[in-house]
Amino acid sequence: MARGRPASRATMSVNAEQVRHVAKLARIAMSDAEVEAMVPEFNNILHWVEQLAEVDTDGVEPLTAVIENHLRLRDDVVDDGNCRDDILKNAPDAQHGFFAVPKVIE
Amino acid sequence: MVSDYRIKGATGDWEVVVGLEVHAQVVSDAKLFSGAATAFGAEPNTQVSLVDAAMPGMLPVPNCECIRQAVRTGMALDAVINRWSRFDRKNYFYADLPQGYQISQLYHPLVGPGEVEILLDEKDENSVKQIGIERIHVEQDAGKLMHDQHPTMSYVDLNRSGVALMEIVSRPDMSSPAEAGAYLRKLRAILRYVGSCDGNMEEGSMRADVNVSVRRPGGELGTRTETKNVNSVRFVMAVIEHEARRQVDLIEEGGEVAQETRLYDPDKNVTRTLRSKEDAHDYRYFPDPDLLPLELDEAFIEECRASLPELPDDKRKRFEGLGITPYNASVLTAEVETARWFDALLDAGAEARQAANWVVAELFGALNRLGKTIVDAPVSPQQAAELLGLVADGTLSGSLAKQVFEIMLDTGDDAGKIVDERGLKQTSDTGEIDAKIDEILAANADKVEQYKAGKEALFGFFVGQTMKAMAGKANPQMVNERLRAKLN
Amino acid sequence: MSELTSKTIAELREGFRAGDHSAREIAEAFNAAVVAGRSLNAYTVETPELALAAADAADAARAAGELKPLSGIPLGIKDLFATEGTDSTAGSNILKGFKPTYESRVSANLKAAGAGMLGKLNMDEFAMGSSNETSAYGPVISPWRRNDGWNAALTPGGSSGGSAAAVAAGLAPGVTGTDTGGSIRQPAAFTGISGIKPTYGRCSRWGIVSFASSLDQAGPMARTVLDCAIMLEAMAGFDPRDATSLNLPVPQWEAGLSSDLRGKKVGIPKEYRIDGVPAEINAIWDQGIEWLKDAGAEVVEISLPHTKYALPTYYIIAPAEASSNLARYDGVRYGLRETGVKTLDDMYAATRSAGFGAEVKRRVMIGTYVLSAGYYDAYFTKAQKVRTLIKRDFAQAFAGCDLILTPTAPSAAFGLQEKTADPIAMYLNDVFAVPASLAGLPAMSVPGGLDSQGLPLGLHLIGRELDEQGVLNAGLAIEERAGFTARPEKWW
Ligand SMILES: [Mg+2]
Ligand SMILES: [Zn+2]
Repeated sequence: MARGRPASRATMSVNAEQVRHVAKLARIAMSDAEVEAMVPEFNNILHWVEQLAEVDTDGVEPLTAVIENHLRLRDDVVDDGNCRDDILKNAPDAQHGFFAVPKVIE
Repeated sequence: MVSDYRIKGATGDWEVVVGLEVHAQVVSDAKLFSGAATAFGAEPNTQVSLVDAAMPGMLPVPNCECIRQAVRTGMALDAVINRWSRFDRKNYFYADLPQGYQISQLYHPLVGPGEVEILLDEKDENSVKQIGIERIHVEQDAGKLMHDQHPTMSYVDLNRSGVALMEIVSRPDMSSPAEAGAYLRKLRAILRYVGSCDGNMEEGSMRADVNVSVRRPGGELGTRTETKNVNSVRFVMAVIEHEARRQVDLIEEGGEVAQETRLYDPDKNVTRTLRSKEDAHDYRYFPDPDLLPLELDEAFIEECRASLPELPDDKRKRFEGLGITPYNASVLTAEVETARWFDALLDAGAEARQAANWVVAELFGALNRLGKTIVDAPVSPQQAAELLGLVADGTLSGSLAKQVFEIMLDTGDDAGKIVDERGLKQTSDTGEIDAKIDEILAANADKVEQYKAGKEALFGFFVGQTMKAMAGKANPQMVNERLRAKLN
Repeated sequence: MSELTSKTIAELREGFRAGDHSAREIAEAFNAAVVAGRSLNAYTVETPELALAAADAADAARAAGELKPLSGIPLGIKDLFATEGTDSTAGSNILKGFKPTYESRVSANLKAAGAGMLGKLNMDEFAMGSSNETSAYGPVISPWRRNDGWNAALTPGGSSGGSAAAVAAGLAPGVTGTDTGGSIRQPAAFTGISGIKPTYGRCSRWGIVSFASSLDQAGPMARTVLDCAIMLEAMAGFDPRDATSLNLPVPQWEAGLSSDLRGKKVGIPKEYRIDGVPAEINAIWDQGIEWLKDAGAEVVEISLPHTKYALPTYYIIAPAEASSNLARYDGVRYGLRETGVKTLDDMYAATRSAGFGAEVKRRVMIGTYVLSAGYYDAYFTKAQKVRTLIKRDFAQAFAGCDLILTPTAPSAAFGLQEKTADPIAMYLNDVFAVPASLAGLPAMSVPGGLDSQGLPLGLHLIGRELDEQGVLNAGLAIEERAGFTARPEKWW
């Protein structure tokens, strides 16, 4: 198993900066204390799941469908939509038929 | 054929390398994964299903027509159709992306490698160049953000959210703005022939991500930038020109091109940085677990193939085979509507070469003047065929045909009716023609003398006088024959 | 417990049809029990009016001779199911106040079958947990207590903890649960009830808040195997709105029930004898083997060699899918929004930080990490390959047997907060349940007996794809022989 294996246990450890990066990717605001607290937890879980490296998966295809089944396609028929009230009903901020969000600068 | 397009730098010449990722909206009634409508211009958030708004627990089910259109497009681009493909999620957060991911295809796209043939010079059939297609994948469009309605808020409209797109990824095979323009126009024509995309760039039905890098002629590839969402052929060409220049200047000043995403500002005709490589997204693609692999059977593939129309290149070659000039054939096949109109004209019995000349000269001229397109032409192919038939059988002379055509444009009447009602038929009655000729020769005895003495240019004068006397309705060939008989 | 609330669905249905009691009487009895049981914190929303309305409709239907399969039966619905007009929050602050304009396919199926809704059931937030302690509504307290006189509050298990507690305490005759990695079976085992997770694709996922799409399955939890069969028949069925739904007719599981296991081979996986599992668990397992033999089955040893890798595999795949499935909770279209921030990104981050609890954040973070650039192949692809091997293990095992028997959980119910400090210790709860989830197989927990502390222990049956009938039948065989009638003493 040359590729696809975590290089070594030691190098797979994450530090606070990486946790912060992941939190940013996941859009979860975290205080420094929360980040610090998560580092060891994160590493514990990662080290635990890394036992999979022991499994020989050469020539094994990743699972695609858990139960043999075929993708069904829909006919090209307009049978949905036209329900703006339903779409906006739970919105924290709906204005003039739109969802409103803090201004985005592009 | 090698392009000779070069950027002149202070230190020498530079070549430009261009690849395009074209997002083409698929023609379908419903969205890619929901039953909401796709029509353009509806009230905000009225063409949105619970699925498109990513309500909790909502699931995607793919629309067969969108898959079919992408497969047909692939076939039209001579591409590999992958019998087994699947959808992946591209994860990122943005207000126009309700699910927090776009369902797309990264690892196993629906369509594999293909190619598009372009002509570098429209009038030169030998100026052919093949532009490679790397892949076509099917994916969801995002919603729309409005920034100018409120001082501190942006507004989100999800009508476009989930509309099917084909992303057509070219190889970096283009080496000038003109080539990119030719490629885009050709691609657009093919999509419109196939009917898989309406090609309406103003409405955003087609937009391109433009990848540009520069290098020394024949040298190593440089670092490329990607300018996003350029929505006209002209702008794509401007981006390439501008971006190549910018990169050359940067390199020659000792700088380095950064791999980054840029935006084009058509008002200022500049590109600017949108995202640098450092804060590039980490999209965390993985197979969408709400969907199974997409497996196409032979019957489906066959139906797609059988439903393909004649494509621009084949049509052009067929037209040329009918004796139409390469230039006319290329003009007549550039737009699917023109080609269809012209085919209808042929079907109505018109002779190909004559018809092609007439369409390119007379019809296009008239449409231009009237500010109309072939789709709303005031004359139908059947009417035009009748007109051309009257010329072919000698009923109308060229100039009479022009007159009749003008009246047709005005009134919408058929040519035959106009000819009958207004007596515009040309006459081949030798008696009538001979009588007029005799009158004219008698009245111009001096000129007859001169002609007989060798001033042959006067022949035209006699023809003109005769035609005038016949009020333009004489068969010009006949007038010629009778005149020669009497003068010689 | 009133007489009615101690009855099974089958008994209530029979009594209702025979005219012994009206549907309204049944609904009123359970509505009262729900109120009386509030200290268990099993329900997040009570909907007595909906239960009564369905009951009145059932009474009218009975008068008109138009009975449906579940007419007269009120049920509890796990908060993961979208229920039209009723708060559906997945146990999360981020969906507080969310009232869907739509009804999940499974709960709609139950309602179409005549069932009423007593309320929404508490659960681990987004179904992420095995003790119901991650709920934004606070933990559910199990109606069971240890017989040591200490009376520590125990977990009913999770994530369908409210569902399990409600059935065990007589606050509903039957409930819906969902099972991603044991969330029906482990709480059923902890509370002395039955619950079945059908084959992946049997129950539509449409309208169920997604946790891990390739694993999530709805199923019933009730007192008896028969009740599970009755409910599952109403819940299951093809749904064109779920692309992973199986386009197969729903078998008549109730009519097909039989505890005669002659001719059946039951496999006992040697890898499920795990160090550190209490002797009582293995003892009840051995007892279960004897019961199945008594029912006519032949017992064989089988091997599922990748068992030990199932949990780590699960804890890559499920968080990865969840990290993406939970991206839609962003404060834009529904649910919580944190204001007072300047940018859109800040709004996302603040909303998700305030709206998600610790365990959800942990899993979203892990899931984000294992999918991120440079790690995808090492973690996610690797896990999907091991998942293929786990599925293959089962296929090979089923070449030599018809069913598999294991314990449901490696322990009896534990005390609240006993395991919250150690995520991995908590994850180990599902060590026996997760392999079947990864393989999409039908699996069921039925009560086996009580341990020395007086707490229920469950036995776990795994069947071939689509063989819910075989699982239910073996469950019935155990049920008949275990004679499990223990009920928690009412202290609430
Ligand atoms: Mg792109
Ligand atoms: Zn794209």
